[in-house]
Amino acid sequence: MIGFWLLAPVMVLAALAMLFVRKAVHSALLLAVVMISLAVLYAIQDAPFLFAVQIIVYTGAILMLFLFVVMLVGVDASDSVVETIRGQRLFAILIGLLFGVILVLGVAQVSVGTVTGLAAANDGGNVPEIAKILFTKYVFAFETTSALLITAAVGAMVLAHRERFGPKQTQADLAAQRMRDYAATGKHPGPLPPPGVFARHNAVDTPALLPDGSAAPESISRVLAARGTVKNAPELATDVARLTDDVEDAGDSEEAGR
Amino acid sequence: MMGLIPLAVGDPTTPTAASSASQMGATPFIVLSAILFTIGAVGVLTRRNAIVVFMCVELMLNASNLALITFSRANGNLDGQIAAFFVMVVAAAEVVVGLAIIMTIFRTRRSASVDDASLLKY
Repeated sequence: MIGFWLLAPVMVLAALAMLFVRKAVHSALLLAVVMISLAVLYAIQDAPFLFAVQIIVYTGAILMLFLFVVMLVGVDASDSVVETIRGQRLFAILIGLLFGVILVLGVAQVSVGTVTGLAAANDGGNVPEIAKILFTKYVFAFETTSALLITAAVGAMVLAHRERFGPKQTQADLAAQRMRDYAATGKHPGPLPPPGVFARHNAVDTPALLPDGSAAPESISRVLAARGTVKNAPELATDVARLTDDVEDAGDSEEAGR
Repeated sequence: MMGLIPLAVGDPTTPTAASSASQMGATPFIVLSAILFTIGAVGVLTRRNAIVVFMCVELMLNASNLALITFSRANGNLDGQIAAFFVMVVAAAEVVVGLAIIMTIFRTRRSASVDDASLLKY
C-alpha cells in the first residue's frame, strides 16, 4: 500500500518528464525509472516471476538496446520543434488529455468487485504455478513465441547488416589518398592537432591554440562541434593575467609577513 | 473463487492486515495504468524523434502490463500474468526489429526524425 503511493507519483512524474526532456538519453533513463518502479509494483501484486522478468528483460535488455541505439544515432537526435502539420501538437495534447480524463474517470467509476488475491493461485509457488499453465494451456502460444524471437533476431541482423561495396581500405590506400588530397586541395597530409594543445585545459572539448592564439577548429571532434559543447580556448586564457597578479600578490604578502 | 477476502474496492475503511499491500483495491493500480498509457500515447503523438516515440510505445505496453497483472490479482488466477509475460516477449522482439529499422533509416538519411521519412507519400 505504502509502496504504491510512494511509487505512483514518481512514475507519473518520470513518465511526464519523458515528454518534456529534449535529449533521447534522458528519456531512456526516465523510462528506466518507470520500468523499475513497475517491477516493484509487480512484486507488490504477488507476481515475483514477472518482477524478475521485468528487471531482466526490460531494464536489462531492452533499455540497454535503446541506450546503444541512442549512442549510435546520437549527435543530432535532439527533437526539432518545427511542426510538420500545423497545430498537430496542440491537438495531440488536447485529445490526449481528453482521452486520459475519460479513461481515468471511467475506470475509477467501474466497480472491479472484490479482490480475490493470488494466495490460492500461488499455492505451490508463483513460478511453478505459472509454469504449469504456460506448458499446458498456453504451450502452443509459447512455442510460437520461439518462432517470433528467431524471426526477430534474423530480421535485426538483416536490417542492421551493411554490405561492403568495394574492397577494404588498407593503410597504404589511405596514405595515397591523403597525398592525392594534398596535391588536389592542399589539405594538410599530417596528423591533426590534438585538442587542448597550448590551451589552458587538455580536455577533449578544448580546441588547440594556433601560434597566433586563435583556436584550431580541426582539433575538435565533429561530434562535439555539432553538439555545441566546445569551449572557447582563447577566452579560457583571459584570466591568466589576473591569476599571475594574484600569485605575485600572495608572494609579496608572504615576504612582508616574514 | 470470489469472496475469499471480502474487501470493497477503494474502501477507505479497509482493514489493513498482514498482507495489506497484496489485498489493496485494484482501482488505484488501474488508474495508474491508465495515466501511464495516456502519457505514452501523448508522447507518441507529440515527439518527433523516432527513438523517443519508440520509448513511449514501450511505456504504453508497460502500462497495459500493469493492468493485466492487477486484473490477474483481482480475479485470483494467473492467466493475466501469462498474458503480461507474452506481452514482454513480443515487446522484446518488436524493439529489436524496430531499433534495427531506425538505425537503417538513420544510416541512409542521417536523421532520426519521424517527419523526414516521408518518401512513401510521393
